[in-house]
Amino acid sequence: MSDDDAATDGDRAADDGAAVVAAVEAVAERIEAERDHLTQLDSAIGDADHGGNMARGWAEAADAAGDLDDPDAETVAKTVGKTLMAEVGGASGPLFGGSLVFAAGELDEGITPETAVAFAETYLEKVEDRGDARVGDQTMVDALTPAVHTFKKSIEVDDLPPIEALAKAVDAAERGVAFTVPIRARKGRASYLGWRSVGHQDPGATSTLFILEEVLDVAADRLGVDVPEKDATSPTIPDEDPDEAGGDPGADSGGD
Amino acid sequence: MKKLINDPDDVVDEMLDGMTAAHPDRLRRLPDTQVLVRDDGPVDDKVALVTGGGSGHEPTHAGYIGDGMLDGAAAGDVFSSPTADEFEELIGACDAGDGVLAIIKNYEGDVMNFETAIELAEMEGVEVESVVVNDDVAVEDSLYTSGRRGVCGTILVHKAAGAKAAQGADLDEVKRVAEKVVDNVGTMGTALTSCVTPEKGEPTFDLGDDEIELGIGIHGEPGTERTEAMPADEVTEHLTEAVLDDLDLDEGQEVLTVVNGMGATPQMELFVLNRRLQELLGERGLETYDAWVGDYMTSLDMAGASITVCAVDDELKELFDAPADTPALTVK
Repeated sequence: MSDDDAATDGDRAADDGAAVVAAVEAVAERIEAERDHLTQLDSAIGDADHGGNMARGWAEAADAAGDLDDPDAETVAKTVGKTLMAEVGGASGPLFGGSLVFAAGELDEGITPETAVAFAETYLEKVEDRGDARVGDQTMVDALTPAVHTFKKSIEVDDLPPIEALAKAVDAAERGVAFTVPIRARKGRASYLGWRSVGHQDPGATSTLFILEEVLDVAADRLGVDVPEKDATSPTIPDEDPDEAGGDPGADSGGD
Repeated sequence: MKKLINDPDDVVDEMLDGMTAAHPDRLRRLPDTQVLVRDDGPVDDKVALVTGGGSGHEPTHAGYIGDGMLDGAAAGDVFSSPTADEFEELIGACDAGDGVLAIIKNYEGDVMNFETAIELAEMEGVEVESVVVNDDVAVEDSLYTSGRRGVCGTILVHKAAGAKAAQGADLDEVKRVAEKVVDNVGTMGTALTSCVTPEKGEPTFDLGDDEIELGIGIHGEPGTERTEAMPADEVTEHLTEAVLDDLDLDEGQEVLTVVNGMGATPQMELFVLNRRLQELLGERGLETYDAWVGDYMTSLDMAGASITVCAVDDELKELFDAPADTPALTVK
């Protein structure tokens, strides 16, 4: 990050803002592409609206972010959070959007390794509080918590470059998503299913992973580096279609 | 299924416009929202009371906006929570500088969206407190909640806290009264038919002609027990005993009761239930202070009813008797 030294604060702020806008646009595209996949995951254990709600919310958020005039990172993040709150609805609105509005404040001095860690920690804290969920409840927290902890440790303890820390966080989120499959839901709509929720991949954890993957891609692209190699020992998500793996006869695995 | 609607997507918007047209001197809709507020609000030198939740429970929520009850309410889509930004607008529009009490029914979406809105409003300098109503004795956890659901008892929270606010009490006092009602109220309901949501256009659950559900929520969620249909007195006994067992009141305790229709039950049947309810209270040595009968918290076109019992002391009696002037409830 030392090559930024020559840049003025104004350039720096505008560049950070543009980076967040680019990330939001990439996330919107990815979520739209995964729309049916997410809805399919949600139809097995929830009310089958996660894909549609998230796709609509992120599309609106990308539009709103794109309409801002030379914004800084905090403004973009806040705008995106507000738009998600208004458009996504249900529990996902406050969880994804509301948490972003609060965490955005950590970026008021732009994006540095330190502010990025603070942002991630505040975001996780808000999601945990709002959802009253912890690791092991089969929710988005299962992907988010390992990602945030890994990111923080990579920066603060291992002293890795931010892009490598981010790549490790994405790996951790992927392991977290895999972790939601064999466990029983204790929070959210799926918890009503009790043991029947076992064998299903959590949709919120999955969309959290997609978001982090896009942020990593955009960050690597803007820094002009390759996305760091995946840790070979990292287990991947077991199956594209958990309904088949779980053998749920009621779920439609066809999609369209 | 026949319905007097145009497009399911427009039904909430059109309902809100129709409501304000029916009460132009009482209700005002905030532009570009599904939020209704008092036309004369925000009211100076008064704690504001706000609530909200999914539509389909009419006259809840906006029907209780007015002198002595609510200052505003956010309407979500049918059976789904309003978004956090609508709650935030509601809080901002109703605050007159003396703080806001948010009355939240214990449904996950309502709680999360309201809590997010409250934090955002606090960042803008508004003082906000909240109470979560969880009067449904039928369930511990449900399809939509951690913990018990908030149902018809919420109306009594609006009434008592609204009266306290109208008397000029401060935010802490208004909240204390609201919590007092929450601590002393229980409800249980029954369904004879499923409701039909505009979106789905068909019953949410199938119920045979000779079956009823006991322990239902207010969103077409099935009850805790499905039994064969039974005479009104027996249904009343099931519901009342569940509520009274939960409340565990001392003999001689005074109570206010509500027999609430779920939307498609004639008053004739509600009064039949109330008759047996009052007998049962007498048999248990309880004294009825007041008995409300009518449609207060409905579930679209569901046939059925709920029974609410609230233990009252001198303070609550005075607050329930205090004047209220709203589209759905008037006390003089």
